Amino acid sequence: MNSILAMPVVFPLFIGIIMLFFWKHRSIQRIINALGSTITLVLAIYLTWYVKTSGIQCLYIGAWKAPFGIIFTADLLTMTMILVSAIIGFATSIYSLGTMDETREHFGYYPLLQIMIMGINGSFMTGDLFNMFVWFEVLLISSFSLVALGGKRSQLEGAIKYVILNLLSSSLFVVGVGILYGITGGLNMADLARKIPMLPNKGIVNVMAMFFLVSFGIKAAIFPLFFWLPASYHTPPAAVSAIFAGMLTKVGVYALFRVFTLIFVTDVAFTHTIIIIIAMLTMLSGVLGAASQMEFRRILSFHIISQIGYMILGLGLMTPLGIAGGVFYIFHHIIVKTNLFFVSGVVNELKGTYLLKKLGGVLKLYPLLGLLFLIPALSLGGVPPLSGFWAKYTVAVAAVEKGEYLALAVSLFVGLLTLFSMIKIWNEVFWKEQKAEFAAEQQTLRQLPKFKIAMMFAPIIFLAAITLFIGLNPEPFLNYANEAAHQLLNPSIYINAVLGGAQ
Amino acid sequence: MLIAVLSGFIVACIVPLIFKLNRKVAGALLSILPLSLFIFYLQFLPNVLAGEKILTTFYWIPSLKINLNFMIDGLNLLFALIISGIGFVVYLYASAYLAKSEKIVPFYIYISIFMASMLGVVTCNNTLALFVFWELTSISSFLLIGFNHEQERSRYAALQSLLVTAGGGLALLASVIIIGQIAGTYEISQMSAFHSNLINNALYPSILILFLIGTFTKSAQFPFHFWLPNAMEAPTPVSAYLHSATMVKAGVFLMIKFLPILGGTELWMWLLGGFGGWTMLMASTMALKQTDLKRLLAYSTVSVLGTLTMLIGLGGEKAISAMIIYLFAHSLYKGALFLTAGIIDHETGTRDIRNISGLRKYLPITALIGVLAALSGMGIIPFIGFIGKEMLYETALLSGQYSTLFITISVISAVNIFAVMAYSGILPFFGEYKSPSEHVHEAPFQMTSGPVAFALLGLVSGLFAGSTVDGLTNKALQSIFPSASHHLALFHGFNLPLLLSALTIVVGLIFVLNRKSLVEFIEKIRIPEYFFPSKWYDYIFNGTLSFAEIQTKFLQNGHLRYYIFTILALFILLVGGSFFGFNTSGSILNAFAISIERSIAGIDIYDISMLITVLIASVFALLSQGRLSAIASMGIVGALISLIYIIYGAPDLAMTQLSIETLSVILFVLVLYKLPRFFTYSKLKTRIRDLVIALAFGSIFTMIIIFVSAYGKFDTGLSEYFAQTSYLIGHGKNIVNVILVDFRGFDTMGEITVLSIAAVGVYSLLRLRKQGGEQ
Repeated sequence: MNSILAMPVVFPLFIGIIMLFFWKHRSIQRIINALGSTITLVLAIYLTWYVKTSGIQCLYIGAWKAPFGIIFTADLLTMTMILVSAIIGFATSIYSLGTMDETREHFGYYPLLQIMIMGINGSFMTGDLFNMFVWFEVLLISSFSLVALGGKRSQLEGAIKYVILNLLSSSLFVVGVGILYGITGGLNMADLARKIPMLPNKGIVNVMAMFFLVSFGIKAAIFPLFFWLPASYHTPPAAVSAIFAGMLTKVGVYALFRVFTLIFVTDVAFTHTIIIIIAMLTMLSGVLGAASQMEFRRILSFHIISQIGYMILGLGLMTPLGIAGGVFYIFHHIIVKTNLFFVSGVVNELKGTYLLKKLGGVLKLYPLLGLLFLIPALSLGGVPPLSGFWAKYTVAVAAVEKGEYLALAVSLFVGLLTLFSMIKIWNEVFWKEQKAEFAAEQQTLRQLPKFKIAMMFAPIIFLAAITLFIGLNPEPFLNYANEAAHQLLNPSIYINAVLGGAQ
Repeated sequence: MLIAVLSGFIVACIVPLIFKLNRKVAGALLSILPLSLFIFYLQFLPNVLAGEKILTTFYWIPSLKINLNFMIDGLNLLFALIISGIGFVVYLYASAYLAKSEKIVPFYIYISIFMASMLGVVTCNNTLALFVFWELTSISSFLLIGFNHEQERSRYAALQSLLVTAGGGLALLASVIIIGQIAGTYEISQMSAFHSNLINNALYPSILILFLIGTFTKSAQFPFHFWLPNAMEAPTPVSAYLHSATMVKAGVFLMIKFLPILGGTELWMWLLGGFGGWTMLMASTMALKQTDLKRLLAYSTVSVLGTLTMLIGLGGEKAISAMIIYLFAHSLYKGALFLTAGIIDHETGTRDIRNISGLRKYLPITALIGVLAALSGMGIIPFIGFIGKEMLYETALLSGQYSTLFITISVISAVNIFAVMAYSGILPFFGEYKSPSEHVHEAPFQMTSGPVAFALLGLVSGLFAGSTVDGLTNKALQSIFPSASHHLALFHGFNLPLLLSALTIVVGLIFVLNRKSLVEFIEKIRIPEYFFPSKWYDYIFNGTLSFAEIQTKFLQNGHLRYYIFTILALFILLVGGSFFGFNTSGSILNAFAISIERSIAGIDIYDISMLITVLIASVFALLSQGRLSAIASMGIVGALISLIYIIYGAPDLAMTQLSIETLSVILFVLVLYKLPRFFTYSKLKTRIRDLVIALAFGSIFTMIIIFVSAYGKFDTGLSEYFAQTSYLIGHGKNIVNVILVDFRGFDTMGEITVLSIAAVGVYSLLRLRKQGGEQ
């Protein structure tokens, strides 16, 4: 029965391969991709429900018992990530139908997209540290191809920085796994979690914790390791940067959540204090970065960094409310951030630019687009009662409970600056009148085909509806996050589910 | 009650629909909403007068203790009635005022959201739910101030008001969270029980200051007052509604509500009394020199808000009773005056009081409203404003030690306000007729009826104070001081306050008659720019942006080598730091000793010679001046590593390593042909820096590995299991192969995917570039 756990990984691979067979047939690929993403979404919803009702699930691949083979383990954190990845994959697939250019579609955009989703889901599903590395590689190579696809100079420049810094992260990761194996003789995460507290030398555990903090930190784009992100996210087409913005860093954040709640929990006073400090610096540095930008997508990119800070802060606090806040934050953020990139893409589609200086007057022409921007933007800025407020609020209360008043101050200040950045976009893009000299090259919605408009707006409305729903009705989501936090803070639940109570 | 509050949000959603159905009557139709809300709240009046409190509960987010619990007591009801009552007038007024504007639809959307949120603020019993509504008022206020958003000034004012009030809101949130932690409840009605816990807590000063930042920003107290005059960019109905009658009173409202919770301390008295008093004095003086009708009114609003804050600071029963009357009177006359200003603006096309006079000829009804409202604002008997001012004087005289100070500033401010009221409500209508527009005619009844009602109400409630407002204001007072009560009357006998009132009128009249020389006198007072809080706002704003730019240029500088440098430096700091921090030098040295011992024991001539060759080759690669030689020497390193694999019994690995090495050298050489000549770009200094980083990075790696290998593997279960089962269950004699394709087959599948995607990616990249015709 549990074989279905492999589906979020195997199914995208399957669709990807099928689409490779239709290399020359763009429209068939479009249909397969959209259908496939829909099926993945249904699967993810079913799986989440399944794990929520029946507890942590494991799939022993090749029937090799843990810790000897590779396993997939799905707890509530995993399912959060799988579900949100499926939502974003679905939305991006639809959005691509409306916005992706033909040439990219001709050159393997859809197969690359599916393989990337495979890599993302694999990283979430696996219960084995080395296997996670493999999924990171799958993710890296496919995302690199997606960033570089098209081969403009700026794209390649961004792509090179992206791939080199991420390879650095990967090398640290694989060496770290090697050393960890050398110490403990294990790769299975539950096995590691069980063995590490029994190690005679505690000092080396902290060293390895820092090792993984740096490696995953690069992926998660924390301070001061985030350079690859603002360098590359604004170069590819909107659909690509949207799914990147939503999912890529969150793979790193997930990995941090996983190892710092399961494996490196022997000296929380040291490791998690460092995480809190880094979290605060990440928030500040990212939001200041955004404040200094005048390009739609670059502003959004820097905000990803500052928002990562909030999630990591939740992890660093290591209290039930903190972790729950972090989980809630991840879910909310991915939806909101992807949506903002979608909106930026529509604006670019209409006005032909992402530069705030050249933009303007959008609200007058498209009030609905204005509303669809405001919902995720104000949510990101933490305006109640949107989803972002509950996320920030939960983390803030957790900080107060722990007596981390500085973290509270930083998180509130950063919230204000985030709101400022969003209002800056609103003022420049929606409120301001566009200067006549830049107004020449734009097209109006009426000139676009109806199908294209529908495919552009449907995913934006879909994600905005989710944001609103979470905002007005956060209770079930918070309860879910609390349960996830309960699992994470009691690693024995996870270990028992993987290794069985007897071991 | 939940439906009542939420109705505004629901209506906001269908505003576009209503306008699509019938544009002409839509505005009037929408004003049914505030009217029915007014009636809805009015039905609680008998219960409240009977001394009841009505509480409703709705569980929203129980896990965070955020629930939509609403309470109606005297104070809440008074505010709810003011909000819905003035709301009705404003809705009706705007239907004519904005009839020709294309933005009338967003106006009604925003103002409905605002009204709903404001009702939420004043009836919510849960501080967190209250905060939700509180922030929504800031957002809707932002959208309304930016109503004419094509203008830079409007956008500036909107952003400024949002940053100030939302920033203050966050401070308020922090204090609310901390109060919640200390009191263990977020219900306002339960908090006063924790009064002594709160004021004796070590965090009390921080809590209070954060709380006051929240309320001061909202209620435009010094030094946050500057956003309010700028907010006059909003259309006049908005100024009348949000920025004088309701939203700016939210801060005052919260301060009264929290008087029994955080008040009663020296700090409370000094902060509120001090800032409130100063705001009152300063704003009323600033108001005198304004020439724009709306800015004139805005500064007088700030001054009144200062008075209210000061009264809450003084804090006794008398003070609160005075405050409630003063607030009620102000809502009426200031609402009327703003709406009058709107009519004047609408009809004459200007708001500059120097360009208009004698308007009563064409605007008789408006003139009547203006005069009646101004008289109430001036505190002339028998208007309600008079009672409010008398009570203010009485309270100030009784404020103990510092009563001289408080009464002095109160009287000066009252004189200023007296003049300002005359400037804005009386002077434009009298004297010789003057107007820039020729087509001045009376506004339609939608615009005049409401203000007329306000103006008359100001008179009636003053004349018959004992039988009209007495009841509800008493109950409002009792929701703070349960056993207190007051008896409103116009005439309190010949006493000091009455004398001071007379003085106020006399000096005020002198001010009114000598406006020009007064303004000249005030203009002479030169205060350096950097004393103005509005400048501080600009400094902080620009300073933050400049800092943001500097830090971002420094961090995200575009050079890959700095990025790598930073990452390695952090690695050295964290990993190296924890390595030396958590391991005693004894255990590190011990590890070295063990591994040296082991190495010497098992070493032979092959090892040594290979080691030396690897070292020489890598140093050569570093120092070489040509690409080819560098690559060749790296090839040597790779080949020798594969030899090590052979010696230690891993021929499979050796084979892989060797083929990869060979392949990469060949590829390198092929690429080399295309590359420009080899140069040394970096300076000696940077090279030394890089050397240090590289050495540190390498040594940390080496030391960790020596350390780890010296202490041996904790558990060898995995390799033993592989050795035992690879043939028996996996059916393969080569363990490495079985691991690759069976035990860890999924890894291999992933890696195969990586290779295929790399192929697809490279193919697409090359082809797409060729097609695109780019270089």
